[in-house]
Amino acid sequence: MKKTIFLLFVLSVTFSSVIAQDDENKVRTLPAVDVKALDGSTFNTSNLENDGKPIILSFWATWCKPCVKELTSIHEVYADWQTETGVKLVAVSIDNSRSTASVAPLVNSNLWDYLVLLDPNNDLKRAMGVNMIPHTFILNGKGEIVWEHTSFSEGGELELIDIVRKIINGEDISDE
Amino acid sequence: MGKIYPTNRKISGTTGLCLFNFYEMIKSRLFVLIVFLVSVSHQSFAQKGEIHGSFQTDAQYYREDSVIGAPDVPEQSGIDGFLNLIYTNKDFEAGIRYELYLPPVQGKDPRLEGHGFANRYVKYTVKELEMTAGSFYEQFGNGLILRTYEEWNLGYDNAFDGFRVKYKPSRGVAIKALYGRQRYFWDWSPGIVRGADAEFSLNEMIGGKFYDNPNKIIFGASAVSKFQDDRDPVYKLPENVASFAGRAGISNGKISLNGEYAYKINDPSAVNNLIYKNGEALILNAAYSRKGLGVMLSAKRIDNMNFRSDRTATGNALMINYLPTITMQHSYSLAAMYPYATQPNGEMGVQGQVMYTIKKNTPLGGKYGTKISLHYAIATSIERQQVNDTIAIGQAGTDGYRSDFFALGDEKYFEDFNVQISKKFHKDFKASFLYTYINYNIDVIEGHVGEGMVYAHVGIGDFTYKLSAKKAIRLELQHLYTEQDEKSWAMALAEFSISPKWFFAIGDQYNYGNEIKAKQLHYYTASMGFTKGTNRISLTYGRQREGIICVGGVCRNVPASNGIAITISSSF
Repeated sequence: MKKTIFLLFVLSVTFSSVIAQDDENKVRTLPAVDVKALDGSTFNTSNLENDGKPIILSFWATWCKPCVKELTSIHEVYADWQTETGVKLVAVSIDNSRSTASVAPLVNSNLWDYLVLLDPNNDLKRAMGVNMIPHTFILNGKGEIVWEHTSFSEGGELELIDIVRKIINGEDISDE
Repeated sequence: MGKIYPTNRKISGTTGLCLFNFYEMIKSRLFVLIVFLVSVSHQSFAQKGEIHGSFQTDAQYYREDSVIGAPDVPEQSGIDGFLNLIYTNKDFEAGIRYELYLPPVQGKDPRLEGHGFANRYVKYTVKELEMTAGSFYEQFGNGLILRTYEEWNLGYDNAFDGFRVKYKPSRGVAIKALYGRQRYFWDWSPGIVRGADAEFSLNEMIGGKFYDNPNKIIFGASAVSKFQDDRDPVYKLPENVASFAGRAGISNGKISLNGEYAYKINDPSAVNNLIYKNGEALILNAAYSRKGLGVMLSAKRIDNMNFRSDRTATGNALMINYLPTITMQHSYSLAAMYPYATQPNGEMGVQGQVMYTIKKNTPLGGKYGTKISLHYAIATSIERQQVNDTIAIGQAGTDGYRSDFFALGDEKYFEDFNVQISKKFHKDFKASFLYTYINYNIDVIEGHVGEGMVYAHVGIGDFTYKLSAKKAIRLELQHLYTEQDEKSWAMALAEFSISPKWFFAIGDQYNYGNEIKAKQLHYYTASMGFTKGTNRISLTYGRQREGIICVGGVCRNVPASNGIAITISSSF
C-alpha cells in the first residue's frame, strides 16, 4: 500500500513538473507509428502532412455504424470543405485481419476520397489514447493536435468544419 | 530542553522500516521504471515531454430479476476501470496502465477481480532500432501464429511481458523479435513465447522507378515457439512447440491479392483433446474495387490451430495466435443475436461481398444515389478420417485424425446471406434496410449438445429524420423470425440526438414468439449520453438480455441483467 502511494507520488511529481514545464506552450504532436496504406505498404504517421493546412484524423472501422455515417456525411460536403479550407481527411481503420480485406472495397464503393490507413493491431489507436470510435482529431497546419472529439451524431460534421475554419483564421479554440 | 527526542530504538526501527521498504521498491520492476523515467525526463527537460492517456470506468448497479434470470449479485454492483498514461520525449516513451475490477461487471471473466498496475513499459528508439521492455502488443502478418491485443469491452488482454526489438536494416526491410510471457489476468503465463518476423517490401528494396510502381509486392515470414515444461503423468508432451508462417501480397490500388499459410508442430492441449496432430491454417483474400464498386472474396482453412502459452488453458485466455472469423460482423442487435466464432480445431469457409453505389440522378439512384451491399459467408467442418481402424477420430494421445486439405467437411457450422440497401430520400430523410438469413449451429458454436441448427430470418429498417441542422430522430425497427431456440423477437429503438453533445434513446426487445408464455418478455432500456470533446458519460437503465457480445472478432457471453449502467470515458 505504502509502495503504491509512494509510486503515485513520484509519478505525480514527475508528470506535474513535466506539464508545468510545457504549460506556456502546450503542444501535442502526432505520435510516429507505423501503419499500413491500402496497398499494403508501411506508412509512418510522422509523414502525414497537408502543405501547412489542417488535417482531420478520424478513427473508424467497417463494422462501426456511426463511423461510416460520419465519413459518409463528410463525403457529401468534402469537396466544398477542401475548396474553402484545403483541409484533408485521414481515415484510420482499426479493422483487424478479420475485416481489413473489405476496407478498400468499402471505401471505393462509397466514393470516399480520403487518405485511408490501416491500424490492424491498434498500435496508433493505443498511442493516441483512443477508447471508443468514432474518435476524431484535428491537427493544425504545424501538425499539432489541437482538438478531438468522440462519437458522432447527425450534424456532427458541422462542428468539425467550424473548428477547421477557426484554426485557419487563427481564432482560439481552447474552449471548444 | 522541552523537546522530546525519539529514542534510539525508535529511530533505528523507523529507519529499518524505510530501508526495508526501499529495498522492496528497488526489487519492484515498476520502481525501476519510475526511476528511469524520472532520470530520463529530468535530463531532457530542456526538450519537451508530452503526457497523454485515456481513462474509462464502467459501473453497473444490479437488481435481482428472477423473471429474466438475472442472478443476485452479492455486491449489488460491478465496477471496472482503467487509467492509461503514456509519456513521450523524443526517442523515449514510457507507459503505465492501472486497472480495477471490484468486482468485474457481469459477463467479464471473474478471474479479473482485483486492482493494480496491470501494464507498464519503456521504449527507446535509436535510429533504425526500437527496443521495448515491459508490456507490449504485437501481431505477425494476419496473426495466424502470433497476435497479442487488448479489448476492454471483452475483458480480453493477452499482452506480452518481456523484450521486443524492431529493426529496419535497410529500406523496405522490417524485422521484429520478441521474448516474453503473456498476461493471464493478474498473473503471467506458465509458458514462454519467443518469436521473430521479417517483412519485405519489394518496391522499396529495389528502389528506383520500382518505388513508384503502382504494383506493390510485399512478402513476409515468421516463426514463433513456446516453451512449457511437461509434468503430465500419462503423456510425453512436447515442451517446445514451434510454428511458422509465410505470407505474400500484391496490390495495384484496384486489385489486391494476399495470402498467408501457417504450420504448427504437434501441440496436445486441453482444447484439442490432447491429440498429437500438426496444425495448419491458410487464409486467402482477393479484392477488386473502383469508384462506386467494391468486391471482396476470402477463403480460409483452419486445422488444429489452437495455440496458447498454457496447454491447459481454455476460454478467452492465453491465446498466442488469432484466427480471424470470415463472416459479416453485425452491429444491429437482432442480426447480431447469432454470431459466428472461429473453430480453432478445424473449419473451412468462404465469404464474398459486393458493394455498389447506384449513381445520382438515375432512376434507381435518385437525387442522392443508392448503396447496395450483398454478402455471403459459409463455414463448415473439415474432412476427418480415422488414422487407422483401431483409433477413434480425435482420440487423446493419438494423431487424432487425417484430413484431406482440399476436401469439404460435411457439417455446416454457419451460413449467412445479407442484403443491405441505404438510400437518402430527401435532404432530411434517409433510411437503410437489411435482410439477413442466418444458419447457426448451436451445438458447435456454443458447445451444447442436441440443439441443432437455428434458421433465422432478420429484417431491419433504420430511419433517420433531421429536425434541424444538429437535431435528429432515428428509429430502428427489427424483427427476427425463427422456429428454433427462443423463437421470434421484435425490437424497436428510438433515438433523439443533439449534435455534438447529447443523445437520448429508448428501446424494447420483445421475445413474443417464445413457446413458454412466462418467457415472452420485454427487455426495455432507456439511455442517455453526454459528450464534450473526448469526455463522455453515458447512462443506461433497463434489462439486458443474455447474449453474446462480439468486438473485433472475439465474443463473450453476457448474462441477463437488470439495473443501471454508467460509463465515463476520457482521452487526453
